[in-house]
Amino acid sequence: MKKIIALLLAAVLMLPVCALGAEAEGSVLNIYCWNEEFKTRFEAFYTMPEGVEVNWVITPSTDNAYQNALDEALLNQEDAAADSRIDLFLVEADYAVKYSDSDFTLDVIGDVGLSAEDVADMYPYTKAIMTVGDALKGVSWQACPGGFIYRRTYAKEVLGTDDPAAVQQFVSDWDKFGETASKMKNAGYFMLSGFDDAYRCFSDNMSAPWVVDGMIQKDPVIEQWIAMTKEYTDLGYNNKANLWSAESSAGAGADGKVFGYFGPAWFIDFSLAKWTLADSTAEPAVGNGSWGDWAFCQGPQGFSWGGTWICAAAGTDNLSLVKDIMYKMTCDRETLAKIVEEYGDFTNSVETMTQMASGDYRNEFLGGQNHLALFLENAQNIVRAMSTAYDQTCTEKLMAAMVDYFNGVVDLDTAWDNFFTAVEEVHPELSH
Amino acid sequence: MTGNTTAAAPVRHRQWTRARVLLLLKRILAYTVLILLSFLCLFFFYLLLVNASRNHGDIQTGFSPVPGAFFGKNWETLMSSTELPVWRGMFNSLLVSGCVALLSTYFSALTAYAIHTYQFRLRNFAFKFILLVMMVPSQVSVLGFVEMMNDWQWTDSFMPLILPSIAAPAVFFFMKQYMDSALPLAIVEAARIDGSPEFTTFNMIVLPIIKPALAVQAIFTFVSSWNNYFTPALIIKTKELKTLPILIAQLRSSDWLKFDLGQVYMMIALSILPVIAVYLCLSKFIIRGVAVGSVKE
Amino acid sequence: MQHNEIPARHKSVSYAKWGYIFLIPFFLSFCIFTIIPLGRTFYYSTFEYFRSGLKTIGPTPVGLRNFVEIFSKADLGKYLWNTLWLWLLGFIPQIIVSLVLAVWFTDTRLHLRGQGFFKTVIYMPNLIMASAFSMLFFALFSDGGPINSAMEMLRMQPYSFLRNVAGTRGLIALMNFLMWFGNTTIVLMAAIMGIDTNLFEAAEIDGTNAWTTFWHVTIPLIKPVLSYTLITSMIGGLQMFDVPQILTNGNGNPNRSCMTIIMLLNNYMGKSKNYGYGGALSVILFVITSVLGLLVYYVLNTDEREERKLEKRSRMGGVQL
Repeated sequence: MKKIIALLLAAVLMLPVCALGAEAEGSVLNIYCWNEEFKTRFEAFYTMPEGVEVNWVITPSTDNAYQNALDEALLNQEDAAADSRIDLFLVEADYAVKYSDSDFTLDVIGDVGLSAEDVADMYPYTKAIMTVGDALKGVSWQACPGGFIYRRTYAKEVLGTDDPAAVQQFVSDWDKFGETASKMKNAGYFMLSGFDDAYRCFSDNMSAPWVVDGMIQKDPVIEQWIAMTKEYTDLGYNNKANLWSAESSAGAGADGKVFGYFGPAWFIDFSLAKWTLADSTAEPAVGNGSWGDWAFCQGPQGFSWGGTWICAAAGTDNLSLVKDIMYKMTCDRETLAKIVEEYGDFTNSVETMTQMASGDYRNEFLGGQNHLALFLENAQNIVRAMSTAYDQTCTEKLMAAMVDYFNGVVDLDTAWDNFFTAVEEVHPELSH
Repeated sequence: MTGNTTAAAPVRHRQWTRARVLLLLKRILAYTVLILLSFLCLFFFYLLLVNASRNHGDIQTGFSPVPGAFFGKNWETLMSSTELPVWRGMFNSLLVSGCVALLSTYFSALTAYAIHTYQFRLRNFAFKFILLVMMVPSQVSVLGFVEMMNDWQWTDSFMPLILPSIAAPAVFFFMKQYMDSALPLAIVEAARIDGSPEFTTFNMIVLPIIKPALAVQAIFTFVSSWNNYFTPALIIKTKELKTLPILIAQLRSSDWLKFDLGQVYMMIALSILPVIAVYLCLSKFIIRGVAVGSVKE
Repeated sequence: MQHNEIPARHKSVSYAKWGYIFLIPFFLSFCIFTIIPLGRTFYYSTFEYFRSGLKTIGPTPVGLRNFVEIFSKADLGKYLWNTLWLWLLGFIPQIIVSLVLAVWFTDTRLHLRGQGFFKTVIYMPNLIMASAFSMLFFALFSDGGPINSAMEMLRMQPYSFLRNVAGTRGLIALMNFLMWFGNTTIVLMAAIMGIDTNLFEAAEIDGTNAWTTFWHVTIPLIKPVLSYTLITSMIGGLQMFDVPQILTNGNGNPNRSCMTIIMLLNNYMGKSKNYGYGGALSVILFVITSVLGLLVYYVLNTDEREERKLEKRSRMGGVQL
């Protein structure tokens, strides 16, 4: 039913365009996004046809401003002049479903015109998130599989080895992970930096969606994360840091006592590597802080974290251009390979990444390890069909509410109550 | 300063010394408190400057009392960004805040003067009405306001940011209270006897008398408009019209690949400079206004 | 009544129309930009009207259901209590310090040097954006921050400011204090400087000590401005938003103890554009603020009216002498 409406809507909106033929496509391509991540890649690798101008509408995501602006524009799409209609917009993993499960996005295959073959090589989970019914409502140039990044020196000291394959044996499931944590604690180290580190491992593997029929779920997998984190906190296995806090980054420094962090490719390059430097003015090299003293293993559970998808807006007046951009930026292997080289993204092509993984790629920060192969396996294992439009709110509010429980300020029931209250304030249609 | 030359009788002399010791103690106390408070206040600016001279990774790993070596580099990255028209933003902010300060102080003074000076039937009602609506949080009406601006197609212009400042209940209230304590009606009546028209009396006689109040409120409104993010973020969409707080928010929320705390702090430090300049100008004016006041008496 | 002394010929000219004329710009701008949007907000308080994702639910008239739901669902009393707490914690030290500083600055006998410097500096925290200020505070008082390291060096127990109710509330109050005490000092100073200097000199000649002069000359005469300070600060306090919002990341934690009324409003209006709840909460807030504000105003004003009469009498006496 929904799909029929979507198709009808799309058909009606595009009638005038189609009637005039492809030549009459709009002269302005409007792209809505919240940062310059896509813009830099787009400008580097896509050549616009003559006579069409790109209009970037960049709204910061602070205080939900991006989604507010995007929603207003989408809701006014029908009344807007052809050249001011949204053509493309970007969404993030935590709220992607809000847009994919709506009539405002076009089916990439059915409406936009990419073929099933074009998207066949993409990682399955990147398609699962954006699939509603039979329709694929957005595509991404990147995949964000994660793993466990640990400090080699501490591994050698406590576990007797720093070889990724051997260390993986010590953290291959959560029981072993806990045992290793206890060993680390006895040696004076913290297994994890803080409360939220392991969250994505669990939230990406939930047994049910956050919300079912308007009821917020207490998922057993999430309860497992809470119980484990509370236990780790009380036993002193973690450094009690919040995600992105100064304490969390200091844990990776030369004097830091944190054994490991969970994260995807972008976390290693952008966050962790910088935290490890003792002298940030000097070249990042072995000997500068703990740089180079790290290694990557798969950890207890495959998971993903983050990611940006491109959606085509219903009512676009540049459909063939939209199709071409989507193809070039997310399906074209040549472009994807260049993005890996230029920007260090883990791109969304199984084949490209497999080729690069088997090459002579070495990551000096990870002590010369070629970790792409490990990422590959994790990326294939990600199952993410549990997304809802409420994931962003639930994740943020859960972390905030549970900190009080971990710190012993409130008991577990109060923390859950605070979580439910916070979510229901934001989404009045929900209850528990 | 006063009276130290007139001490003559020995009895009074003793009192004076005791008073002098007390005064000295009081002075020491005053300086100690002031220096402590000043240190507290300046400390944050120092911190801001220190952080503006450090790079992202350093700031993230913690605090440092000494400046880093990245001042020039942060400056360069900030200036070279095409998505962040810093100078344009500063000009926009100056324009908007200047107009807001001007309009809100002038019209609030006029309104307060109307209620302070004239006896008319709706006077009391008008006063209480303004007081009552002053209680309404601005956040309450702002969404209806933006909806209306959308209907009028006034979004993406400075008008919705400037014009509403004509009616600033809090500024009005201050002017009214100030006039109650510093503007005797006798002056107005004297002007009338001299044949001065009402509007001229306000502009030429009343405004100079309440100069300290005008300067004070001009600073306050300028600063609050300068730092206002809430309304401009809802109204302004075009890059060329963005004010500084929007640009800062844009910097702060940029993605993890480009997020750079050093740049953020540099931008914040830069955005504070003009307000400090405006404040220094106007604070001199307050002191001069006082001198005028004392001559008058 | 009080214009009895004006000669009769002036009575024939009515100046009342100027009162109306001078009010026009204010009321015009006020009606267009505040009253109409406000009416819209209040009107929505009786509707179910929000967004679920991109779907708009309503507007459906629901009578007073929004009010009932807010009172039953949200812990309104708790949030109001939090707000008042946070305000008082910052305001009480603020008004005391500001009064003292204003008196010191205007005390000719004390004759403080470097006043220009001090006056400038104490106002400066107000120039930093609340968001930037919160960022700095957050960095300073975090668990591994410099304040905790300093405490450790002094052999004190480290204290997790942002994980304890008292710590977080204290920080918010401290920030509000630092941001606003300079502002209040300047306002009070302007008021004190507006006082006829002859009155201070007269008090000095009479041999009144500083304390008595302060209580019996300064305070009564700056009462209008004091009440301005109290009322605007109270309104500002009830509207407290930026500082706790950014310091606690919008969550008002620990245990929602720093969640203010406007933060609740922000949660309603943010993602789901809940005009129904938002409107109802606005009405409730409007009623609370008006009652409190008018109460304070009348309490202060009755005193003031009596004093003004007294003052008038004494002034007239002075003129006759």
